[in-house]
Amino acid sequence: MALTESLQRIVIGFSLAVIIGGILGILLGVSKIADETLGSLVIALQSVPSIVWLPIALIVFQGGAGAIYFVVILGGTWAMTLNIRMGIKNVQPILIRAARTMGYNNTELIWRVMLPASIPSALTGARLAWAFGWRALMAAELIGRGGLGRTLMDARDFFNMDLVVAIMIIISIIGLIVEYFFFSKIERKVLSRWGLAKAS
Amino acid sequence: MERVVIEEVEKTFPNKEKDGSFTVFKDISLTVDPGEFVSLLGPSGCGKSTLLNIVAGLDQSTAGEVKVGDKKIKGPGSDRGVVFQEAALMPWLNVLENVTFALRKKMKKEEAKKHAEKYLKLVHLSKFMHSYPHELSGGMKQRVSIARALSMDPAVLLMDEPFGALDEQTRMMLHREVQFIWQETQKTILFVTHNIRESILLSDRIVLMGTRPGGIRKIFTVDLPRPRKPSSPEFIKLEEEIMSILAGEIEKVMKEEMGDDFNSKKASLLYGTDRNMGNHI
Repeated sequence: MALTESLQRIVIGFSLAVIIGGILGILLGVSKIADETLGSLVIALQSVPSIVWLPIALIVFQGGAGAIYFVVILGGTWAMTLNIRMGIKNVQPILIRAARTMGYNNTELIWRVMLPASIPSALTGARLAWAFGWRALMAAELIGRGGLGRTLMDARDFFNMDLVVAIMIIISIIGLIVEYFFFSKIERKVLSRWGLAKAS
Repeated sequence: MERVVIEEVEKTFPNKEKDGSFTVFKDISLTVDPGEFVSLLGPSGCGKSTLLNIVAGLDQSTAGEVKVGDKKIKGPGSDRGVVFQEAALMPWLNVLENVTFALRKKMKKEEAKKHAEKYLKLVHLSKFMHSYPHELSGGMKQRVSIARALSMDPAVLLMDEPFGALDEQTRMMLHREVQFIWQETQKTILFVTHNIRESILLSDRIVLMGTRPGGIRKIFTVDLPRPRKPSSPEFIKLEEEIMSILAGEIEKVMKEEMGDDFNSKKASLLYGTDRNMGNHI
């Protein structure tokens, strides 16, 4: 029960973080004005550990599940934003010039050239977003309600150290599974297709 | 087939630090006839690539105008195909998709695919249609790039030192193929190069550009029968003639970059060759 609750939270939180972070990152990468105004704000927010937001979130969401989602999303969004922004800024200018000679206009350039070219860094961003989100979730659940984190605290309250260690192992196994069956696989595919690594 | 008319084009880069500005070239006028192969030849820094970029619409001229056919050029467009020094292929698309990438604005998927296949056959890459750019050699990438530019059926083909980064053998192969493609498609080609031999081998006319002040030094008409042989006496005579003008321009560039230290005639080592310790004893 606790496990599915945690997993549901991280999956939803992570997806939202990737979507919000992605949109924000594209905006910062494409628009110079947005980058100069919001850019340093994002960096400032990124340096705040997202769990710090929990007290405020608990009050705003009145202790509901919303508070935990809020913290998880906040944990992942900024890493995603900064990586996408970096990816878009680092697109080889020659690719953009070439596409312009084929009659692509600015909006089409974003969709057809800049975004595909920044997929590798988006992947790095997603990976970081997952890691930050998972950490934030565990911390938030220790203080908040439900999920693996709460079970962990309950076990501690009953001095049930076997359960504490067992839950820690579960947490690390989930991390391993996501890494090996999700990110590694996608990364290998993307890197070989983008020609960044030799496919073995 | 369209005529390219370059009329009194000037390019000046503003210099923010000092109040001055830097004029690369000015009052450049040149007409490229339909179906003609014209090379822009010159030392580095003479602005030959800049001129090509202005024709491509990627750079803005400070003054003057460029017309392709009757149309004044305001920005980049698919009526002018550009081949860059780097192939500039999208790494996430395979060879076929890279060519159709240029066509998707014009035609439907199926049609674009057929069209792309035709042009890939022209550059002998049918076998590699489903390979990704990182799996190809430099020469093959450049072939894809040429096929991509040609497939848009542009009025003019602009080539910016397309073979500059390739090895000698590959370059020789591609020279032959570019001539074949040019004869087959009858395209107007504007070709930037710093290689004298390459320009004589390929072009109808060679526009020799110089620097400080930038501009056209001389236009040579190459009246040799094709295919041309670099060992023929006429070829060598023309090569020497161009070299004699170009050498002066190159010297100017070097002097500009290195200051008065530079003297190509009297290069001397800073130390004597007999500077081994104890020589004088």
